[in-house]
Parts: sequence; C-alpha cells; structure tokens
Amino acid sequence: MIVETGHFALLLAFAVALYQAIVPLVGAQRGDERLTAVAVPAALTQLGLIALAFAALTYAYVTSDFSVENVWANSHSAKPLLYKVTGVWGNHEGSMLLWVFILALFGACVAVFGGNLPPGLKARTLSVQAMIGSAFLLFILLTSNPFARLDPVPVDGQGLNPILQDPALAFHPPFLYAGYVGLSVAFSFAVAALIEGRVDAAWARWVRPWTVAAWMCLTLGIAMGSWWAYYELGWGGFWLWDPVENASFMPWLVATALLHSAIVVEKRNALKVWTVLLAILAFSLSLLGTFLVRSGVLTSVHAFAVDPERGVFILAILCVFIGGALALFAWRAPMLKGGGLFQPVSREGALVVNNLLLAACAATVFVGTLYPLALEVVTGDKISVGAPYFNLTFGPLILPLLLLVPIGPMMSWKRARAWPAVQRLWGAGVVALVAGVVAFAIARDGPVLAPFGMALGLWLIAGALNELALRTGLFGKGVRTALRRLFGLPRAAIGMTLAHMGLGFAVLGIVATTAWRQELVTVMTPGESVDFAGTAITFVSETPRTGANYRDDVGRFRVVADNREVTVLTPSKRVYLPSRQPTSEVGIYPFWSGDLYLAMGDREGDAGRVVRIYFHPLVPFIWIGAAIMFAGGAISLTDRRYRVGAPRRARAAAAEGAGA
Amino acid sequence: MMARLLAVLALLAGLSGPATAYQPDEVLDDPALEARARELSTELRCLVCQNQSIDDSDAPLARDLRILIRERLQEGDTDGEVIDFVVARYGEFVLLRPRFAPHTWLLWLPPFAVLAIGGIVILRRRGARNGANRPDAPLAPAEEARLKDLIGDPDKGDGQT
Repeated sequence: MIVETGHFALLLAFAVALYQAIVPLVGAQRGDERLTAVAVPAALTQLGLIALAFAALTYAYVTSDFSVENVWANSHSAKPLLYKVTGVWGNHEGSMLLWVFILALFGACVAVFGGNLPPGLKARTLSVQAMIGSAFLLFILLTSNPFARLDPVPVDGQGLNPILQDPALAFHPPFLYAGYVGLSVAFSFAVAALIEGRVDAAWARWVRPWTVAAWMCLTLGIAMGSWWAYYELGWGGFWLWDPVENASFMPWLVATALLHSAIVVEKRNALKVWTVLLAILAFSLSLLGTFLVRSGVLTSVHAFAVDPERGVFILAILCVFIGGALALFAWRAPMLKGGGLFQPVSREGALVVNNLLLAACAATVFVGTLYPLALEVVTGDKISVGAPYFNLTFGPLILPLLLLVPIGPMMSWKRARAWPAVQRLWGAGVVALVAGVVAFAIARDGPVLAPFGMALGLWLIAGALNELALRTGLFGKGVRTALRRLFGLPRAAIGMTLAHMGLGFAVLGIVATTAWRQELVTVMTPGESVDFAGTAITFVSETPRTGANYRDDVGRFRVVADNREVTVLTPSKRVYLPSRQPTSEVGIYPFWSGDLYLAMGDREGDAGRVVRIYFHPLVPFIWIGAAIMFAGGAISLTDRRYRVGAPRRARAAAAEGAGA
Repeated sequence: MMARLLAVLALLAGLSGPATAYQPDEVLDDPALEARARELSTELRCLVCQNQSIDDSDAPLARDLRILIRERLQEGDTDGEVIDFVVARYGEFVLLRPRFAPHTWLLWLPPFAVLAIGGIVILRRRGARNGANRPDAPLAPAEEARLKDLIGDPDKGDGQT
C-alpha cells in the first residue's frame, strides 16, 4: 500500500510540475500576479510529493519488501541497514528518483529563500525548474518505474552490487547529484533572464550562491568517488580519466568558470553574455553526464542500441533543453548590453583568462570522452582515449591556469599593472621556490619537473595566505589589527582564499603521489618479512572470516618503523555471498608523509600470497584539499551579501567592494 | 626533448604513474627493460576491460599482453616496434593515446583550437570595443539639463539595476 502511495505521489508530482511549468510563466508574461503567485506553493507541493515517493521507496528497501521488483533486484535481507538505505539510489530507477528529489529540493529552496527576487524573475525561474522536473518525472514514470511489483514474491533479493557497499561510494551519488542538479538553478536563472532580456549585477548576485552550492557538492562528490577508487581498486589510482569520471568533471570545470565569470557580472556588469552561456553549458553538461551514465552508451554503443528506450528518452530531454536554451540564447543574447569596460591587465582580464583556460580544459575532456563514441557511430572505427591522451592535452592547459591563480586576486578591477601585482606575492614566491629546491634535494629520482609541481602547489597555498595577509594588513598593521580585520572580511573573500588553498593542497597530493609512488609486488608466506619504504613489514597470518553477507580471508601484516610497531594492517580478499563477486579490501596506514598501502592478491602455491605494497606520498592531501575547497564554498555561502541581495543594497555593496 | 617535457608535464597533471596489476613472475631481470615494459603497459588498453590499461588490469588477456611486450623487448624491439606489433595484431583500439592522423584530428586539435579561437575572439572584441567606445562629444548645457529632466539626477540614482 505504501509503495502504491509512493507511485501515486510521483504521478501527482508530475501533474504539479506541469502546472508549475506553465502557469507562472504565463502569469509572468502577462504580468498577472495571481498566476505568478502559484509558483511558490507549487514548488513546495512538488517537493512534498516527491519526498513522499522517495520515502515510500526507502521504506520498501528498509523493510526488504521483495514484492517490489526494484528492491528484489538490488537488495538482500542480510544486508546491513546502512546499505539497505543507500541501496535506494544504488540502481537506475532509484537514482533517477533521487535526481528529481534533489531537483525539487533546489526548486523549493529557490521558492523559500528567493524572497527578495523580483516576482517575474522568480516565477520564470521556478517555471523553468519545473519544466526540467516534469521531463524527468515523465521519464521515471514511463521508462524507469521504481515501484513495479513482482508476482509471485521472491523469497530473497539478489543483493546490491558489492562494490557499492562502501561508505564513500554510498554517499558519492547524493553529493554528485546535488552538484549536477544544483546547476539546474543557474540554468533556470539564465533561461529566465533570457526570457526577460535582462542580466545585471543583481542577477549575478542571485545566481552565485546557487552555483557555489552546486559547485561545492560536485567537488565533494568527485572527491568521494576518487577516494573510493583509491582504496578500492587495489593499487591506489585516484583518477583514471574514465568516461564516467569525465562526465562529472566537465560540469565541474564549467561551473568553476561560471563562479568566476559571475563575479565579473556582479562587480563590473561585464561578461554577461558569456556568463549566461556558461550557466546554460554547465547544466547541459550535467544532463550529458546523466545521459552518458544512465543510457549505457558508455559500456558500448551496441548496448545502447539493444535497449534504447531509456537512452533515447534522456537524449530527447537533452536535445529539448540544451537545444531550446541555446536557441533562446542565440535569439535573446544580442539584446544583452555589454557593461563596464576594462583593460586586458586587470582583475576582469585575469578572470577572462581563467575562463578561457577552463573552457579549453572542459573542451579537452569533452572531445576525449565523446570523440570515440562519435567516431564509432560515424565510421565504425574503434579507438581508445585514455590517460596518456589527457596527460598530453589537459596537462599543458591546466598548468598555466594554476600558475596564474594567486596572481588574479592581486589585480585591481578595471586596470591593473602586472608587475606590481606579482611583486606583492614575493612572500609566496619565496616559499614556492624553497619548496621546489627542497623537493629537488630530497627526491633525486622521479620526474625532473616534479619539484616544479611541488613548488606550484605551495605557490597556490602561500599565494592564498599572502593575499589574506595583504587584505588584513598583517605585514604593516600588526597581528592584532590583522585578526580583527580578518573577522571583518567578507565571507566570500575568505571562501575564495580557502578554495584556492585547497586547490594547492590537491596539487601537492597529486604531484607527489604521481611522481614518487613506491611499489613492491612480491609473493609472501606467513612469517616472512620485507623491507619497504623505511618500514619492515611482516606477513603474520591469514585467517578466514564470515561477515554479514560476505566471506573473506583476512591477512595480518605487522608494520615496524624505527624499531617500533606502528600498526597491524588487515587487508582481505572478500567474496560477497549472493553474487559470489570477489572484491579486495586494502589495508592503509597514514604516515604523516603519506599512505602505506597494502593489498592482497591471489594465492600462490600452498601458503603463499601475492602481496602488493605501495607508498603513496602526500596522497591524503588530494582529499584534504577537496575538503578545504568544500569548506571555502560553505563559508562563502554564509556571506550576508548573498542573503541581502536586493538590487539597491547589492549595488551599494558592490560599490563598496570595488572601492576596497 | 619536447616529448619528454610533455610526458613530465603529463605526470604533473595527473595520472600516468606506475600502477599495477602485474604479477611478480612477469618481472624482467633487466631493470631498464622492465621499466620500458611498464612504460609501454600504461599506453596499451586491456581489450576486455572498461578503459583500463594493461598495467592496471587483472584480466588474463592483459597479462598475456604484458608478457608479449616483455618478449618483444627481450628480442630487441624498440618501443615503437613493440607498439606497431601490438597494433598490427589487435588494431588501433589497443592504443590509449590514439595516433595523430586524419581520423583523430578532431580529437587532438579542439583543446588547443578552443584556446586559440577564444583568444582571437577576445582580442578582436577588445579591438572593436575600443573603436566603438570612443568618448562621446560632451553634451551642450541645454542638452544636459533636458537629460536630467528625462532620467533624473544620475548622482542620486535610484539604484535600480
């Protein structure tokens, strides 16, 4: 009964979404306040109904109701409760339901927190949001019903894919989707602004917090996915340039560009057309990512052709929304008047360069991901595009961008001078130089340019701190004044500093672990020891164990460093029972200098085991960096200027910001 | 030199470091030869996996390929000859870095084309704007008064944007 209620609620949500898509838009066009006023209650009702549907499916999972086909296919009664809940979105139907749930959540947030939006803009934005919602609700209802029943009822379920039974991967989709779907708000704002024909500083101020929110969720979602890959794949790879990863990376790159260009619109009233285009592209790439992952087109073009129903439906959604928005853009964008002028060397100029490089990076990931598919469809030729391609194309594009990150905030608006801006960073420059020299001295082997990479990472971190020190007057006014000023700084400024710093940490982690990773693959028998990376590792024993829904062989490895036992690592080879799928659980010990990483391989002979031991220097910095970026976004969201946001005051604040 | 520089840049940017699913028994005695074999392994795709190099893959076919590479290297093949040999056998699909040829121009050129075209567009727009935005002739006092009449006093401003 509860399950049917959920299905019915979803149907009602579709009807409400259609209503919300049409009525407020008509009202806004006619200037009829009675019609525009329905947008807010409709958005809230839609959220309530989808939440009900989502709760119903969750209930079916938690109670292991195997009469529901979706639960039967993806759950098992012996599964831990946590994974029963996260199993809701560990499959196609459930994850699409999560998708529309988050979409409705963002829509409702715009409705609730958008109190100071002009009624016309708000009604149009919510209307566009509901158009997207109704398209995806229809998709779920017609092709991906999570509430379908089974008769007769099976005794037990087939179990969740074991690789999804993992904390990081369990919460990876909600954050990733919050990022993907959050960009729909920027998209809706852009389309609404195009319909209105007006983009101004106030518009940018409204769009920015939504973009920040989506961007930080996307950052965390991608980081969680990469962390999962790191400890699950058995050798510590954290980014494989896999199409599925690329599908989430493209919107991230464009959202990052959008964050920066919206600043120019807000402060200087320039780059409007470009910013609107970015807002459209960011969400378009999110839709593309959804299509790539959900249609099965990535596994093979043929799998897509065999069961094309879902893929074609999402493709149609894709074409309607991207095509429609771009057509609207082509028609209306020329009406948007260009704003403030600026010299090439200026804060605006720096942000333009940032956008250009990010756009080129996104283009690289785009062609690298889609060209093989396109080529196969057109000519039948099959080619592969992997890490070596991206290293040669993405690398040279991202490096100058990273180098320029600390310099941009040093530039003044309108017109700046490059050399003084660089000079003000002398402190960061010295730190970076020293870091490079030290790295070169310590690590004789490894790539020649790796020390340069370390210098680059520290340049970013020290550059961010340097900027903060200058803003607070630490170098001239003393510590006390600086601290007082620090708390007086706009939160958005602190957020930017943190985000840039986090990027620096991530660069350090990526460079160090890529350049100086150590590895040892060998056969060990219990009792045997090896020396590795300054530690002595002893294979103590191996014991079988039975878990809730798996059986595994657990190895015990004693790690001794400086004649002291540091830890006992317990990696295992695991087989999940319902599916008999094997997985490998690695043992990781975090030293301050990096991770000791140990994975068990296959049996070798009677008592032997293939053992893979790695040392990944500084690798946690990658995720620490991502967490700092997330924190930066969160702090930036608390900036009161975002909440005040009314045009009059926005302008006053902008003037203040420009004068500061 | 350029290739080497790019390779190192590549390393900095990410992700071509040694990673492995190779087995202890595959390793060659000659470290230099083994290093070359590992390098080559990261460039070749495991044909039965999704987007994994044979260096990362556990699949038996990947193992066969790793052994094949080492055999060819031991027989004195250059890196290029090994790659050619594998491509002749398995097709271009096996290369994770497609060759630069007419059918992959659209793969290799766009990243840099976006940069170049974007740069040109920005520069040209700047030029056009500089031309279009020459300071206007100052208004006559009478015109200024009428303008003030029409749009209100700009100094006070109503803040509407």
